[in-house]
Amino acid sequence: MDFGVILQNTLTALLNAEALYLALAAIGLNIHFGYTGLLNFGQVGFLTVAAYGLGVGVTYLDLPFFAAIALGLGLAVLLALLLGIPTLRLRADYLAIVTIASSEVLRLIARSAALRDVTGGSSGLTGFADGFYDLNPLPNGRYGFGPIDYNETRAWLLIVGWSLVVLGCGLVFLLMRSPWGRVLKAIREDEDAVRSLGKNVVGYKMQSLILGGLFGALGGFVFALANSSIQPDNYSTLLTFFAFTAMILGGAGRILGPVVGAIVFSSFFTFLENTLVQAVRADIIPTSIMDSNQVGIVRFILVGVLLMALMIFRPQGIFGDKKELALDAR
Amino acid sequence: MGKILPRPVHASGPPARRTARTLATAAVAPVLALAALALVLLAGAGPALAQDTQGVRGTLNNAGERVEGAVITAELDGEVVGEAVSDAAGAFAISVPEPGDYVIKLDLDSLPEGVTVREEGGEEREVTVRPGAVSPALFVLGEGNRETTGDAERALQLFVRGLQFGLVIAMGAIGLSLIFGTTGVTNFAHGEFLTGGAIAAYFFNVTVGMNLIPATLCALVVGAVFGYLIDKGLWGPLRRRGTGLIAALVVSIGLSLVLRYLYLYFIGGSSRSYAQYATQQPLSFGPISIPPRDLVIMGLSTLVLTAVGIALIKTRLGKATRAVADNPSLAATSGIDVERVINLVWVLGTALAVLGGVFLALSQQVSYLLGFQILLLLFAGVTLGGLGTAFGALVGSLVIGIFTQMSTLVIPAELQNVGALVVLILILVVRPQGILGRAERVG
Repeated sequence: MDFGVILQNTLTALLNAEALYLALAAIGLNIHFGYTGLLNFGQVGFLTVAAYGLGVGVTYLDLPFFAAIALGLGLAVLLALLLGIPTLRLRADYLAIVTIASSEVLRLIARSAALRDVTGGSSGLTGFADGFYDLNPLPNGRYGFGPIDYNETRAWLLIVGWSLVVLGCGLVFLLMRSPWGRVLKAIREDEDAVRSLGKNVVGYKMQSLILGGLFGALGGFVFALANSSIQPDNYSTLLTFFAFTAMILGGAGRILGPVVGAIVFSSFFTFLENTLVQAVRADIIPTSIMDSNQVGIVRFILVGVLLMALMIFRPQGIFGDKKELALDAR
Repeated sequence: MGKILPRPVHASGPPARRTARTLATAAVAPVLALAALALVLLAGAGPALAQDTQGVRGTLNNAGERVEGAVITAELDGEVVGEAVSDAAGAFAISVPEPGDYVIKLDLDSLPEGVTVREEGGEEREVTVRPGAVSPALFVLGEGNRETTGDAERALQLFVRGLQFGLVIAMGAIGLSLIFGTTGVTNFAHGEFLTGGAIAAYFFNVTVGMNLIPATLCALVVGAVFGYLIDKGLWGPLRRRGTGLIAALVVSIGLSLVLRYLYLYFIGGSSRSYAQYATQQPLSFGPISIPPRDLVIMGLSTLVLTAVGIALIKTRLGKATRAVADNPSLAATSGIDVERVINLVWVLGTALAVLGGVFLALSQQVSYLLGFQILLLLFAGVTLGGLGTAFGALVGSLVIGIFTQMSTLVIPAELQNVGALVVLILILVVRPQGILGRAERVG
């Protein structure tokens, strides 16, 4: 067992790309679920349209980088409108089914052979990230502190990404203590009461869906840029549930809940995977119980266990306030 | 051994295909051994690395006749990395150096006179090869002159296939709908119940060595016991704690992740077929050709679904179930043991899902994603018919089954589920209570 490697990989994961895009996606989900009570199970759909907006914009439409980013954001707004107009009047479980179905539809369309020339079919897209990395002002070298250490391209992505997280959290903080945010929380607690006060509930829900979707879109950009490629099968419903688990873990309805949740989620599973890999390699765990292929699967099983345990025993997560958040609100 | 099932490469094939499988294994074995040796020499690791060799295999079958001597190539990013020639049993296997998305091409010129692929472009298949796994590549072969299958005949054939698919998903959908009706839980783990049934039957069938029919009965018992335990151990306590429906929904998603990846952990990512009834010579009824297996599936599903329907209408327990679905408090006041009814619904729902899973696996092979892939179609069927109504679920599933199959007349087969999901979304917009559901204010 090489404890040094485990420790270093875990510490590196604290701020790495996975924690970053999960944090952005979870901030969006938190606006939907934590503040408005919208059960959006299709958050990955926003990541998909944004990533493909960027990828297709650069490679197929030959747009400059920022125009392609704008295209991705525009597509996310469009998706929110398309999803929201018909479904925001529906019951929460219907909204869950429609959003999860639409995110699968988007993935299946993106990977279809019919669109191979545009989206690259099942092998996805590459070669769209240069516009972003050309902006990198950092000279070649290693960046970090202590055992945490990134090269200049990763450091650039992380600086930009975490700045967005900080700005996003600030925005959410300001919005949620504004009258607008209080209406959202009131909708979460009792939609009919808000309607009886003459508020346009569906309109507020739509604004919340769009805002949260835009954070999802930022997560999609980070996800695509971190790998410098877009693989359609990475945009499956699993990603939604990872973000959802991260949000619940940190505490839904709290400004920093999703960010802390994403960081804990990502580093915990990196720690676990590295420990298991080392244990399998050192024959501490015999291969008849677990081989190197099975190590990666443990994460998915444990995410499921974690999600169940959190919902049953501590639905407010690490930071949440059980009194504030009635999880059965719509 | 922590694995329930043997690795695919070493799996003993079904009797009908045993020769084919053995030959394929014989062809792969030296390659595997060489690769393993190379890896051992390079990495200095143990022979367990043989599992890290991956590849593609398949069998060429033209209406029951094995096609020998056909040339198949595997391409990665446009470069040919492997080639194989099908043997006397029509089987071929290509091992590839690394995992990835391969294009598997069948050389049409190498096929015998009068044999070609059924669909245009059907000589190319995209196959994702995962580390250490052997992925199947399917080529659908047919007669050379394609005019024989007109559009009308094809539509009829797809209609029958859709009817069968619809009946099979109805088995899952009715359970899903009954559970929703009586407890309000939207059970996202229901797809995994189907997969679990298919895997349990595979365990009794292939690992234990029973015939598929008693193996399915054993799987039904396992499923019923599982349904009983999951209600007693998980959902019952949650109901008593007063857990909200959204929390319950998220719990069911967690359960679905746990089950799905436990299946992957134990059986791996490859697809397997049962020892019996996996390949059959189709019977022809005019323009429709259908394997006898599918006729039995359709007959049995109809029988089971009718029995469930009659039980719901006629028996005391059935009436009690409908009463609980309608209004649990009122049912409890009139002396119905609500907990017992709900427990029964979980047992019945899981058992139906097991049967549906086995039927589905007979036409699609057993894999850990079997049920998850149709989960959204189950929801589509249930919602289309009206959430919580058993008969609505049946009607909705039939519509969805026929729709997904027939839609391949106009859209590519890979997008058939997209059509069904778009219909699901449209239904929710236009008529959220479904075809047979009662109109109520839903928001």
